[in-house]
Amino acid sequence: MQLKGKAHLFGNDVNTDDIIASKYKSSTTDMLEMSKYLMGNIDPDFVRRIAPGDFIVAGSNFGCGSSRETAPRVIKLAGLSAVLAKGFARIFFRNAINVGLPVVECDTGGIEAGDRLEVDLTAGLVRNLTKGTEGKVAPLPAVMLELLSDGGLSEHFKKHGTFHLQSIEKGK
Amino acid sequence: MGKTIAEKILGKHAGKPTAAGEIVMADVDFIMSVDGNRPLSIQVFREMGGKNLFDPRKFALVIDHAPSSPTPTVANTLKLVRQFARQQGCILYEAGEGSCHQLLPERGHVLPGDLVIGTDSHTCTYGALNVFSTGVGVSDAAAAMISGRLWFKVPETIRFVLKGRLPAGVYAKDLILHLIGSVTADGATYKAAEYVGEAISALSIDGRLTISNMAVEMGAKAGLMEADEKTLAWLKGRASRPFEPVFSDPDARFADVREYDVSKLTPQVALPHRVDNVVPVEAALGKPIQQANIVACTNSRLEDLEIAASILCGRRVHPGVRLYVVPASRPVQMEALRRGILQTLLEAGGIMGVPGCDACSGGSHFGVAADGDNVITTANRNFRGRVANPEAFIHLASPATVAASALEGKIADCRKYVR
Repeated sequence: MQLKGKAHLFGNDVNTDDIIASKYKSSTTDMLEMSKYLMGNIDPDFVRRIAPGDFIVAGSNFGCGSSRETAPRVIKLAGLSAVLAKGFARIFFRNAINVGLPVVECDTGGIEAGDRLEVDLTAGLVRNLTKGTEGKVAPLPAVMLELLSDGGLSEHFKKHGTFHLQSIEKGK
Repeated sequence: MGKTIAEKILGKHAGKPTAAGEIVMADVDFIMSVDGNRPLSIQVFREMGGKNLFDPRKFALVIDHAPSSPTPTVANTLKLVRQFARQQGCILYEAGEGSCHQLLPERGHVLPGDLVIGTDSHTCTYGALNVFSTGVGVSDAAAAMISGRLWFKVPETIRFVLKGRLPAGVYAKDLILHLIGSVTADGATYKAAEYVGEAISALSIDGRLTISNMAVEMGAKAGLMEADEKTLAWLKGRASRPFEPVFSDPDARFADVREYDVSKLTPQVALPHRVDNVVPVEAALGKPIQQANIVACTNSRLEDLEIAASILCGRRVHPGVRLYVVPASRPVQMEALRRGILQTLLEAGGIMGVPGCDACSGGSHFGVAADGDNVITTANRNFRGRVANPEAFIHLASPATVAASALEGKIADCRKYVR
């Protein structure tokens, strides 16, 4: 799977309330409507700068805080293709895969705002087309690759009716 | 090679021995879901093709995030929760019954050695009762509601050995804030935390729940403790099925063992906007505050309300301060009523919320702070916007520090009020 877009930079410890403030859930249940307020607490103009396919690029502990799956869902619905970070909070990481949003653990240190990036999930590479550099991606566990290739956990269950994860059944 | 509590509980539920790093499919003992998720787990359950719960006795819906139903959108969401519970015959805790993280232990749904998931990040709270419990998103919950199972990566464990006894005026909250400040907000990411030692043994179950509740604030997947005589005594009359406490073996392999002597610890405060931005209270003394909250699944249990009342007894909060009080559950509220604790808090100027997440989660729409306000709260998170206003500044502290600060109108040292 190859993804292409430009980088939007964020710092360390971007939490789930930064990604989508919980106050919006009292006024709407429409995720697409909620996605207009992505990063609203920390960067109110962010949504207007996104082109389809772009990336969020962050530091460590991205997505810390709440277990609300709203966070990866609104990132995906806002048109972003993946989140690249030095590290992720574990619930967010699982939730992202479950909703079919690629999360890429890699060294994001050299990436600057606006850099054009290409992410090759199969080869496990991030290419910075602007800077002409290339970096490796921490590989996803086989179970997550299976879920991601089905399009997330909901799609996996629609297809199989229950868990059908070969990587676990084979005891890999 | 010996095994940790986490390895043993996950192994037992996967039906085979496991070690840290392995990925296993495991049977869950209990699933909890709250009204605060968007979408709701019950909606994803339907979307996935779910028809019937794998076991309605092992699934509880809790209306705690917006119990006062502040808007028509919320009211309609709560209606969906009630309809689903009626159709499926599962357990439902209605608005006003309390916070999920008080209700599940209190009603005996989670027992030592259990594997439990919940759609709230503070589900790690039950680790205090020797339960491997962890927060998940609604998709993971829905998959388990259908199948009774979920996949887990068996985590490595960081063991915290806590020596000595906490001094007077220093509580479980100060201890966990200190540990989070020491390991940082992602210091235990992908790992389980295990808390042992004299300082833990000396704590009540209420205090232990406070510590495990905040394990996720250091990134941990679970915040585990051993079950001792206090645990067993507390569970008597609550547990309705047999259970088996689990201990780490003496030769278990830990990712890290960290020792602390807590006997000289002072009251701690987490400054805005990070939970690991922790300082001793001395470094924050005198900062003016406009709002004080004794709330949340972290610190609004009976012991917490009692400590606050002992400081506020016969006094009135500072005229520039609003004091919000939200008991953890209806039984906590009733017992506090019987013991005169609520009367003391009300006479001191306290404003009561509905048991649950009022004045902690911004979605509750209760106790929203104004621009520029300094809030001191017993909750577990001080993220920007947590109380629905990104222009407010949230400080985390123990119930005693919050009560003392409410009296003085500024961050205060509770130790001068503690006999």
